[in-house]
Amino acid sequence: MNLAGNLTMMTLLVNGDSREVPAGITLSDLVALLGLENRRLAAEINENLVPRSGYTTCRLEPGDRIEIIHAVGGG
Amino acid sequence: MNPSFPDPAGDTFTLAGRSFQSRLLVGTGKYQDLEQTRQAIEASGAEIVTIAVRRTNMGQTPGEPNILEVLPPDRYTILPNTAGCYDAKTAVRTCRLARELLDDHRLVKLEVLGDEKTLFPDVVATLEAAETLIAEGFQVMVYTNDDPILARRFEAMGCVAVMPLAAPIGSGLGIRNRLNIRTIVENAKVPILVDAGVGTASDAAIAMELGCDGVLMNTAIAAAQDPILMAHAMRLGIAAGRLAYRAGRMPAKRFASASSPLDGLFF
Repeated sequence: MNLAGNLTMMTLLVNGDSREVPAGITLSDLVALLGLENRRLAAEINENLVPRSGYTTCRLEPGDRIEIIHAVGGG
Repeated sequence: MNPSFPDPAGDTFTLAGRSFQSRLLVGTGKYQDLEQTRQAIEASGAEIVTIAVRRTNMGQTPGEPNILEVLPPDRYTILPNTAGCYDAKTAVRTCRLARELLDDHRLVKLEVLGDEKTLFPDVVATLEAAETLIAEGFQVMVYTNDDPILARRFEAMGCVAVMPLAAPIGSGLGIRNRLNIRTIVENAKVPILVDAGVGTASDAAIAMELGCDGVLMNTAIAAAQDPILMAHAMRLGIAAGRLAYRAGRMPAKRFASASSPLDGLFF
């Protein structure tokens, strides 16, 4: 699957930016791909919340809009 | 400074079934850096601190500290807000994300804004969002106008605290309508917290003298020339105002009333 040139890619919209990723990856794979493992995050796909327990089983589809959020200072 | 004075033990307020000693709630935005944030929050004595939820910065250097490492949720009650939301749907999504982010945390500060110039609440959208959130089991602290009728409505629908503005967010104008704040307090059975618009410690004291259960502020501390010193000032202002409220102030009179006895004058 990871052989160069033999990889089907798909496009996702991640935090507003278009990103090419291997087709069929899970949300958990995406988080790893972005180097965000072990961070306190929450995510939604197409405006629907995905509980953390569902990341490994949640398979992404081409065109999915993913939001990955964290806490920042605010009033 | 002794942190227990002048906040006498036992004068707590109860919010969503939990008891708090500090009546000063603070935001965590607009500080120079996380260290200044930490020091200011420490100086304020606040137990409840607001945060915002935003997109993770993909380019962020790994290991960069997060606000929740500086303000650990086991020490502070974290109050995620919906700042920046201009419609009910976005506010609800934000709360759902925050609940997941903070491990089924249900206490949220709901604000749905009307326009960028005033940042006044869109109360119709706020009502709509509050209804959905309460139905989903959230404990909603609602940012609203200084309108007694609306405040009563939010309480009746099940909000755990009603938070009327003193003045526009970040304006530092102080309490623009004391009579309305007073009326809101008199009507309420849930905590009333002034949220937004205080500029300095006397504003916070006035809110407390009016009988508010607490004050939520951010810019008044963060935008002071010395935020840490101002955080101390706010803590004392809140405490002074609270004590004055409990003491019951003398009635204001138009004319003088001599403080020294008139009997026994020798001239």
